[in-house]
Amino acid sequence: MYKEYDVIVVGAGHAGCEAAHAAATMGSKVLLITMNMNTIAQMSCNPAMGGVAKGQIVREVDALGGMSGVISDKTMIQFRMLNRSKGPAMWSPRCQSDRMRFAEEWRLALERNLNVDFWQEMVSGLLVEDNKVIGVKTQLGIEFKAKSVVLTNGTFLNGLIHIGEKNFGGGRTAEGKATGITEQLVQLGFEAGRMKTGTPPRVDGRSLDYTKMEEQKGDENPSKFSYLDTPSLTEQRSCWITYTNHEVHDVLKTGFEKSPMFAGRIKGLGPRYCPSVEDKINRFADKDRHQIFVEPEGWNTVEVYVNGFSTSLPEDVQYAALKKIPGFENVRMFRPGYAIEYDFFPPTQLKQTLETKLIHNLFFAGQINGTTGYEEAACQGLMAGINAHQRAQDLPDFTLSRSEAYIGVLIDDLINKGTEEPYRMFTSRAEYRTLLRQDNADIRLTERGHSIGLASDERLNNVNNKKAKTVELIAGLKSLKIKPEEVNAKLEAIGTSALREGTLVINLLKRPDIDMVKLKTLTPEVEAYLSDFADEILEQAEINVKYESYIEKEQVMVNKLLKFENLKIPVNFDYANLKAISNEGRQKLSKIRPATIGQASRISGVSPSDVSVLMLYMDR
Amino acid sequence: MARSDFSQSAQMFTQTTIASGRKIKSCYKFMFNQDTICALATAQGIGAIGVIRVSGPETFPIVNRIFKGKNLEKQASHTIHFGTIRDNQTIIDEVLVSLFKAPSSYTREDTIEISCHGSDFIIQKILKLILREGARLANPGEFTQRAFLNGQLDLAQAEAVADLIASDSEASHQTAINQIRGGFSKQIAQLREALIHFASLIELELDFGEEDVEFADRDDLRQLIFKIQQVLIPLIDSFEMGNVIKNGVPTVIAGKPNAGKSTLLNRLLNEEKAIVSDIAGTTRDVIEDELFIEGIRFRLIDTAGLRKTTDTIEAIGVERTLQQMDKASLIVYLFDASEIQLTEIAQQITEFNAPYILVGNKVDKLSATQKADFEATYPAILWISASENKNIEVLKDTLVRKVKTKEIKAGDTVVTNLRHYQHLLQTNGALENVLQGLDQSVTGDFLAQDIRFALHHLGEITGQITTDDLLANIFSKFCIGK
Repeated sequence: MYKEYDVIVVGAGHAGCEAAHAAATMGSKVLLITMNMNTIAQMSCNPAMGGVAKGQIVREVDALGGMSGVISDKTMIQFRMLNRSKGPAMWSPRCQSDRMRFAEEWRLALERNLNVDFWQEMVSGLLVEDNKVIGVKTQLGIEFKAKSVVLTNGTFLNGLIHIGEKNFGGGRTAEGKATGITEQLVQLGFEAGRMKTGTPPRVDGRSLDYTKMEEQKGDENPSKFSYLDTPSLTEQRSCWITYTNHEVHDVLKTGFEKSPMFAGRIKGLGPRYCPSVEDKINRFADKDRHQIFVEPEGWNTVEVYVNGFSTSLPEDVQYAALKKIPGFENVRMFRPGYAIEYDFFPPTQLKQTLETKLIHNLFFAGQINGTTGYEEAACQGLMAGINAHQRAQDLPDFTLSRSEAYIGVLIDDLINKGTEEPYRMFTSRAEYRTLLRQDNADIRLTERGHSIGLASDERLNNVNNKKAKTVELIAGLKSLKIKPEEVNAKLEAIGTSALREGTLVINLLKRPDIDMVKLKTLTPEVEAYLSDFADEILEQAEINVKYESYIEKEQVMVNKLLKFENLKIPVNFDYANLKAISNEGRQKLSKIRPATIGQASRISGVSPSDVSVLMLYMDR
Repeated sequence: MARSDFSQSAQMFTQTTIASGRKIKSCYKFMFNQDTICALATAQGIGAIGVIRVSGPETFPIVNRIFKGKNLEKQASHTIHFGTIRDNQTIIDEVLVSLFKAPSSYTREDTIEISCHGSDFIIQKILKLILREGARLANPGEFTQRAFLNGQLDLAQAEAVADLIASDSEASHQTAINQIRGGFSKQIAQLREALIHFASLIELELDFGEEDVEFADRDDLRQLIFKIQQVLIPLIDSFEMGNVIKNGVPTVIAGKPNAGKSTLLNRLLNEEKAIVSDIAGTTRDVIEDELFIEGIRFRLIDTAGLRKTTDTIEAIGVERTLQQMDKASLIVYLFDASEIQLTEIAQQITEFNAPYILVGNKVDKLSATQKADFEATYPAILWISASENKNIEVLKDTLVRKVKTKEIKAGDTVVTNLRHYQHLLQTNGALENVLQGLDQSVTGDFLAQDIRFALHHLGEITGQITTDDLLANIFSKFCIGK
């Protein structure tokens, strides 16, 4: 009755959707199994995509041929490029999304893909033969066979929701939990752990007084995520900023004794950078106020997301505290905030392809790996989907390095260092962040995405054109000369020093106080030349010219370390015989089994001298 | 705690040497099996005792030939014996020797440790005897190399390992710390903490700029960098000083003929009862003598007198003298006080490329009033009499002070590890870039790039730096997160 698939994806969140889409686009027959087809690509937390470091990831997913960027562009209600005042590596796209439209667009995108089938049911176990997964079993007892399986269970594995003293099983409010998979995996030898995350209350926008809040508008010239020709915003919705105060804190404190976190009922570890509001006032008692971002949930809905107010205190305490926030005096609550605990599997049990080391052809992506965030989930889903396809079709692994992409940093961190709290990406995690910019994700990755049949020809043509045009533009700036008498008046008006002799235009662009816009105004000749190039090309050239020395410095570092990334360690290398290395180093190396010397050096507990010894023995 | 990507890269830098040394493998193997090596195992300088370690296949015969007491070749491993070290019939010192037979020794080779009295003279003398008997001086870290690798690996690899082990491994971390004596590592660690704090403030701006976070004060950063440099720069200088201690200071005694150079040389050497070893010049005919003053080794180079000459042979000598002076770290310019021609000296001085000491010899030939007159007129000149042993102590003090011009006080930290030195240099370079960036008001991400660079080099010295350090600092100190 049921056909055999190439790839089965369990779960249809950000990770599952990207996985299913990638494998199907590359040609695999995919079955996407979800417990509820009405919540495909549900944004469980805040209605936004991108942000610092995360926006870069969305751009990378897009550059490889993933869908998160396209879907975000189609469904956003506000766009901002964060960190504009900082260097280009810090520029981070972020949008507010229409929560319902986002889910709808994802589902439609998957439905349009003829290689994707759907099934709504809970998967209760895996079919495993000789340490290889061959399919899944559902609650009804149906067995679906597949060459590879991707698990993207999110917060559903034994999900436990806490609100005050109440708790109940579930993966999201009003949705059941998933059971069976953790237990089976543990039996197969996997190590499992518990994590915790939380979400704030949602309120009725009609009950808020926005005159008491600061407006946060979208960018005047909104950009977008996708390198494809997706629509730009013409109108936008604003967010609003308000603050907690002592009164709010006092009310919240009345609920502390019923807090599942403080009472120890929550065992899982939550993220330090995404603390609940009770955690904030408890740990940072000297802070008078905390920022609250009031975010609309869509174009038309009145539902509002109270970002910064994540809480698992009793709902009546939440409600009473909300009322003390300026602008919230008459607030009506739609749904209370809650904390959720769920199972995860320490990601050191994975290979770089996100395939498990224990069970062949089984891949994990998203919160099951201990990460948090839509973008982190989406990019893992994409990589797991790609590799599930590659495995199903007997094709080579597809991996990204730390110097190629934030995605590479994320996966490398996960599999080598593991994580004790939900892992979120930060730019500071990337040692080569000057190279990993949002403006060049296509230059870095599209060719690679195209080579495996994921990124379209259109994407490849776009990026090739961008590269060629940028080179052309820079060459032009290097040959265009400019004389003092032509520009000195204008230079002085700008506030930069005048020229004493003729120079090349490119030298002016290197000045900190001259950008492309100002360069255009200098002479009609320069303006005419620059007007032949699209904004994207101008920006690319400007970044390359202005930040050349910083970019080169990092590139030099990458090249230096590259040889260690290429030094492969034999698959069956016997660490037990390495007398000269530390005990901890030997244990960690035996457990992680790094593929290269570079990877070995990043494993926590493996010292530099351990690595040197390893190299010496390998050489022998 | 997880290690960072910065420490890795630094580690990789040190490892880059590894890949290049493959060609000399077989040659090293040969050396490895044949050589017996020796070195002072205790810290250099004056201590109550010094331990000289000898390791290699010829260890027992070599030491037996200079040791008067029991026949060491017939003694059991792990025994200690009293006796004397003799140069022919002359007793050099009373010593205790500890015997370790292969493979039950640190190096897995036959090893003897000679505990002698801790004077430079005795130690140098014993070492020279051992060398004469056929051992060679160990390279830095070579005992560890042998212990570790047992002769299977090429030299460059072995050295890289020894270096890493000496400074990076958990067990020998303490060793590295000890190498950096005098609280230096503690001080560096504190400054590094302060820099980490700053780096996290900047990362906070970058990763959490959207939130309600404070801004990192650029002036504070500038002040902090100055503070760090105040510590770094003397350390960097101290490496050069450390090198001087290790390799000796090439010191040229120059002057016109008959200024009394040889007399002075002999006076210095005799006074110090220094080991006079005539090292046959390989490419030069200049004679070198060694003189220890306050633990610093001066390599005294006698030169042909400087004067304009038409004599071809003498001209060659003068030419050579000038070459020597070019290579010298220190020049003692000697002239005859009784026939002083200051303009000539002044002219000569301008050609010196090294620090110099002007010494007026033969003050005994001057009248008291002449002498007083000279001293008042030329306070920079040191007046001595080599033949009458006047002011020789002052000259010695001056020699030492010249070497220590970088103001390294006695007992101060001296960086002797090349890798540490290089990391200190790199740190300083990165900090200079940060300062430059501050001057140009570059954005935080670019400042961060150079700060990270500095941190990673500092971390290589004190332990490790991790990106997790930065994040942990952020999370513990600042309330962030929506």
